[in-house]
Amino acid sequence: MKEPMEKIDFRANVQQASPAVIAATRNSTRTALRIRGDVVHAFGEERWQRLRQAGHDLRLHSLTHLDRYLPLLEERVTAAGGRVHWAADAAEANGIVREIAARHNVRSIVKSKSMVSEEIGLNHSLEAAGLRVYETDLGEFIVQLAGQKPSHITAPALHMTKEEIARLFREKLKVDARPVPEELTELARQRLRPEFLSAGMGISGGNFLIAETGTLLIVTNEGNGRLSTTLPPVHVAIVGIEKVIPDWESAAVLLKLLARSTSGSKITAYNTCITGTREAGPQEFHLVLLDNGRSRILADPIARETLLCIRCGACMNICPVYNNVGGHAYGGVYQGPIGAMLTPQLMGTRLAGGLPFASTLCGACAEFCPVMIPIPEILLHLRHRFVEGDACEGPSVPGLLKAAAWAGRRVLGSPSLYRLGGRMARTLQAPFRRGDWLPSLPAPLNRWTAARPFPAFRGDFRSWWGKRTAAGSAVEPGTGRGARP
Amino acid sequence: MEPVQLFVTCMAENLLADVLEKMVGLLERLGVQCEFPADQTCCGQPFYNSGFQREGREMALRWMEVFAATAGPIVAPSGSCVEFVKHRYPLLFPEGSPERALAVRTAARVRELSQFLVGDLKRSDVGASFPHRVACHSPCHLTRGLGVRTEQQTLLKAVQGLELIDLNESDTCCGFGGIFSVVYPEVSQAMVEAKVRNIAASGAEVVVVSEPGCLVNIRGGLAKMNSTVKAMHLVEILAAQGGGR
Repeated sequence: MKEPMEKIDFRANVQQASPAVIAATRNSTRTALRIRGDVVHAFGEERWQRLRQAGHDLRLHSLTHLDRYLPLLEERVTAAGGRVHWAADAAEANGIVREIAARHNVRSIVKSKSMVSEEIGLNHSLEAAGLRVYETDLGEFIVQLAGQKPSHITAPALHMTKEEIARLFREKLKVDARPVPEELTELARQRLRPEFLSAGMGISGGNFLIAETGTLLIVTNEGNGRLSTTLPPVHVAIVGIEKVIPDWESAAVLLKLLARSTSGSKITAYNTCITGTREAGPQEFHLVLLDNGRSRILADPIARETLLCIRCGACMNICPVYNNVGGHAYGGVYQGPIGAMLTPQLMGTRLAGGLPFASTLCGACAEFCPVMIPIPEILLHLRHRFVEGDACEGPSVPGLLKAAAWAGRRVLGSPSLYRLGGRMARTLQAPFRRGDWLPSLPAPLNRWTAARPFPAFRGDFRSWWGKRTAAGSAVEPGTGRGARP
Repeated sequence: MEPVQLFVTCMAENLLADVLEKMVGLLERLGVQCEFPADQTCCGQPFYNSGFQREGREMALRWMEVFAATAGPIVAPSGSCVEFVKHRYPLLFPEGSPERALAVRTAARVRELSQFLVGDLKRSDVGASFPHRVACHSPCHLTRGLGVRTEQQTLLKAVQGLELIDLNESDTCCGFGGIFSVVYPEVSQAMVEAKVRNIAASGAEVVVVSEPGCLVNIRGGLAKMNSTVKAMHLVEILAAQGGGR
């Protein structure tokens, strides 16, 4: 990436999130969850679980056999008249795209939605080379116009209300826009249509790469993916190497999972399948296969399941943390639980080590994930990487936390110190105690009491148990007041 | 029936002694003898989940050794601590090691209280009486983690006079999350406030929160928002016979 990467401060980002953004986020995710729930229910719970298992198994099979499927894919794409490029990192991928654009004297580019292009900062790289880039997915179009970043992987403008979007259109497009979704969509369509027709290049991502036929599969709900990959004379697709799957049978399973999890539909509106070049389409088809840290992730047997992800967004829709902070708090390209897992692996825990802690480990995401990624397990693994370091990275835990863990380990590891600690807490709390509560405590314990009071240390189970055993069960249970200080 | 070993959990021991005392009372009322291995401290979960896996493993080893000297079911008023022993302990030690074998044996002995009452004692009616409108929170580690999804309701429905009412988003996390609550206090607060709003809207007099961490968090949230709803552990309701709140 061109700009030096900055440390992600999730806590500071959270404090930037406006209540309006959070309200809009919740509103959208609630709707998404409701329609997903309906369509999964109609499919049948048991069948759904079997489909998830199948999805997981075949994604894991693909990932652990990239050495078989990627060369097969390259062979089949090439045989169909396409050209395959291998990009080790963002700079290489961006360079390949710029070079193709230069060779064809491209001035303007239409882009179908692509997370990988966000990951490598492609727009920035192309604009720096003097090219005009038009995002054609409605959400991406809005976010680009607003000069913002997407806040959700499948619904980039999910944090904005129709009123805000209408205001944005009036200001930037100089049109009379009312906050009516159909009208706003029509305005975007009018604006984009000439760009589709005049663009020298179309860029897309890819949902799946089907090795057996060398086919790029793109799903969209707006048809912009089909226009971007069909109208311009050159099509460049940038896809992560993990997106390859063996065959069409695999695609059938994954498309069922993806459509239901993303948009609560049985099938996505547009399923565009591109195999090399074709008579009525672009004269050139380029497939850029991006690594950008993926083979490093693949080397870790626990973290590698992150790469099973099919980018449906269900984990963020269900995540109570995401729903209370909005997508921008995650600071990266990917948000919610998938962002909390993937960003620290792409950027390193030194810069993004706070993200795996941005989860209560409630497990709701893992229940929703259509390919059964063990998300809490991977977050725990990354927390450990941050704290103790592993084969992938050294530790970067702050000293204070390390000291607290060391002290905690000493106290809790010794029954006598543990009991002493309990007695001391009951004594030391006195100046802070107000009835049953400790309403405010000094730093760093104020990190708890700023949010809600801490309960007073009350009762003493051990002495109750001791007295009771001595007296032969004579003490009334539940009084809990035996040793109140 | 053999006696049960009380796994009191460090959180309940220090903050919820009354819950533990009522748990002993309830088990004895049902004819179960209790024993208390006094050298127990913490199961190690707070360390492990915060990334300190080495410390977590050391704590787990010492916890297992304390309980290895005992026999019979190990019962706790916490699904989270039980889940940690049951699911995590065996994974902490290399396959084929004596520690792994001990962890597997220990894992087979642990039970969360409602799981023990319904699954082992085969009791749904424990003879409790509690004439109040009650809503029930679903703690994440108890339900999603341990798979104990219906036992609380089974027990509550059999309580005399108790009216069990729905709680909107009952299975949405309350925002505790161990270290999460102090690393990101603002988010934790927003989450517990959402939980308290749902509790208040339910019309319940009492909300059942059968997890020490969640109970401390939700009680604090209710107090902060001046709610009159009382948060109670399931044990406190099952132990009640006179009908007092």
